[in-house]
Amino acid sequence: MARRQEGGRVYRSFWRLVEKLGVKDARARWERRPELVQRAVPPLVIAAVVIIAVWLVFGLAPDPAAMVMLAVVYALYLMPRRWRRYALPATLLMFAVIYPFLIQQVDYERFLFKLPLFNAFPQMTTMVLMVIFAMMAVALNMVVGYAGLLDLGYVAFYALGAYTGAWLASGQASQYGINFDLGGIGVPPGIGGIHISIWIVLLAAAIVTAVGGVLIGLPTLRLRGDYLAIVTLGFGEIVAELAKAGDKDTLGFNLTNGVPGINPVDPPGFGAWIAHHLGLPANYLTEAGVYLNFTTLIYWSGIVLLLITVFCSIRLRDSRLGRAWIAIREDEVAAAAMGIPLMRTKTWAYASGAFFGGIAGAWFASYLQAVFPENFSFTISITILTMVILGGMGNVWGVIAGGLMLSYLNFEGLNQVSTWLNGGHFPVKYVLSCNPTSQDITKVVSAGCVNAPVVSTGIYGLILVLVMLFRPGGLFPEQRRRYEFETGVHDEPLMDVTHSPAG
Amino acid sequence: MPDDLLLETVALRKQFGGLVAVDDIDFIIPRRSIVSLIGPNGAGKTTFFNMITGVYKPTSGRVIFDGEDIGGKPPHAATQRGIGRTFQNIRLFEQMTALENVLVGMHSRLKSRIITSIIRTPGVRREEARARERGRELLAYCGLEGRDEQYARNLAYGDQRRLEVARALATQPKLLLLDEPTAGMNPQETSDFIGFIFKVREEEKLTILLIEHDVRLVMGVSDRVTVLDYGAKISEGKPQEVQRDPRVIEAYLGTAAVS
Repeated sequence: MARRQEGGRVYRSFWRLVEKLGVKDARARWERRPELVQRAVPPLVIAAVVIIAVWLVFGLAPDPAAMVMLAVVYALYLMPRRWRRYALPATLLMFAVIYPFLIQQVDYERFLFKLPLFNAFPQMTTMVLMVIFAMMAVALNMVVGYAGLLDLGYVAFYALGAYTGAWLASGQASQYGINFDLGGIGVPPGIGGIHISIWIVLLAAAIVTAVGGVLIGLPTLRLRGDYLAIVTLGFGEIVAELAKAGDKDTLGFNLTNGVPGINPVDPPGFGAWIAHHLGLPANYLTEAGVYLNFTTLIYWSGIVLLLITVFCSIRLRDSRLGRAWIAIREDEVAAAAMGIPLMRTKTWAYASGAFFGGIAGAWFASYLQAVFPENFSFTISITILTMVILGGMGNVWGVIAGGLMLSYLNFEGLNQVSTWLNGGHFPVKYVLSCNPTSQDITKVVSAGCVNAPVVSTGIYGLILVLVMLFRPGGLFPEQRRRYEFETGVHDEPLMDVTHSPAG
Repeated sequence: MPDDLLLETVALRKQFGGLVAVDDIDFIIPRRSIVSLIGPNGAGKTTFFNMITGVYKPTSGRVIFDGEDIGGKPPHAATQRGIGRTFQNIRLFEQMTALENVLVGMHSRLKSRIITSIIRTPGVRREEARARERGRELLAYCGLEGRDEQYARNLAYGDQRRLEVARALATQPKLLLLDEPTAGMNPQETSDFIGFIFKVREEEKLTILLIEHDVRLVMGVSDRVTVLDYGAKISEGKPQEVQRDPRVIEAYLGTAAVS
């Protein structure tokens, strides 16, 4: 409220302009109006001006669907303070949910406008992966952001989840004579093995992975800082190598089927009974509508899983356990002296992070309908960690943003950049003149063509360095850390002379 | 062990390699008393303190707290049994608010588990609300009224000291260990703080162990004083007795002062 009375710079200069135009006491009269009016009118005016300007200048007529969305946002904005904070998340969620329809409209560019840089919005297949990676970033954030435990081997949990999911929904178990069916979806006849409904598999994989997290945590969590990071890195590599080498020849037991991986894995679905009674799709693969196809269903389910992860993450953060995590991150010795059992609390952080990583892994396996060991390389650990740091350690929303951004770049964005550059846009066409037929796709620049994905790791590194230089807390720093990064704790004089009574 | 002793150490010893930091110390803290541990720098006070609170594992000897041997148990076990402490160099959770700091102190007195926290059952809600209310009361009690939502690092120095005490009280201690609580305070702040400690002891029915090297301060407030030098106990007793003990004078001022 104080800000409104004093007024921001724009606010003040606006009224100065109005009063120069000859309207007397305009500001005073305006501020005497009811608060609701003061809040309701300006956005309407601004929106109207922008829409009309875009229409006149660019010839883009406002889309009815976009207007409906804006109206919803506006309604949320007018709500009492208690509800208003949901306006932005609700808008983004709504946008995410209707995204498949938007992108499939023939003239979706009119609705979404063109992103000037990448020239396109992400494909649905990319969106599916973006959601999975955002989910893992949120899960890793519980370990790294809340509890401050640097984990360089997070891919271990992802892989463990994926392979558990694969075992419980494929023919893998049939070679040991285990045949079992509990709501399995799209099981080919005569394949045998365990086939359990994906929703149970997700939970089972999560629990198995959480137990794996505890097992990895017990020996490693006694270490601190750099030592912990190195050991987790080792465990990540062990799991990745085990995935590659876990066949009968090497291990004596066919755990992961080695390099070919486990293939096929059952697709997601609700099964015939639920499909009949509740109308949910029986098998995602066999849905072949224009809008309601496999990818869309996977995407929506992924959003639901992401929301569950975010919900649990926030609830945990605000609980007794979450406080203990942050206390450990701040000062282990003091935390222990306040009665927090260090080992147990850290292990819970590991288990929670692993739990949701396991869900993401099993979901990924079901989406791919296969598990391949090359999907669980060391780079995945680093990429997810980069998402967390880029977005803002500790801040769930920032971490989601970081996850979406980086996985978009990873799966589609860099390709789009290359395509855009090679398309001969000004001024690039004068520097490079791309000849795609003689392009060597293993090189960054060849025959005048750019192929950015070749140096993707370097680009992420550069992004990370820039973020650390200019926004050390990440793009969206956690509230409690913001102050530290802005002022720098060590900028204060060493002698205790500037302390003034707070308040 | 007599009932009127809250803490007793029997031949407590800590060796770092060949260095004997604490040498077979027998030490008692009667209930509801203020006991002080003094000694020159490097006398082994903090090592002794760290063994009581579980930070160090004793090389040999026993720490009997409230009838139970807690020697070698981890710090949180000591806290759960009722030993609260503050730190010599303030160790607050700087990126947490004052209230959150106190809530962390209540950790071992709260019961919510991981699943119930996610579901936020009525029981958890009630417990959290009660804990917050009690946390605010504690802050007000320690003179930090209205500072609930301030980040700990933004508090003034004296307030940070008070917050440390509030956080230690939140663990519901029977024994409160204060490690040089008045370090860095001017005489006025020091006497205010000591007054506050007396008040806390009376109202919360606490026993207090004070580590200090400010001898004058210690003599004024303590029921019993123990003096350490080079890891060994050189004197023990009522303040006036200790003050006259030639070995104490020697340890503080050198041999020349005695003769």
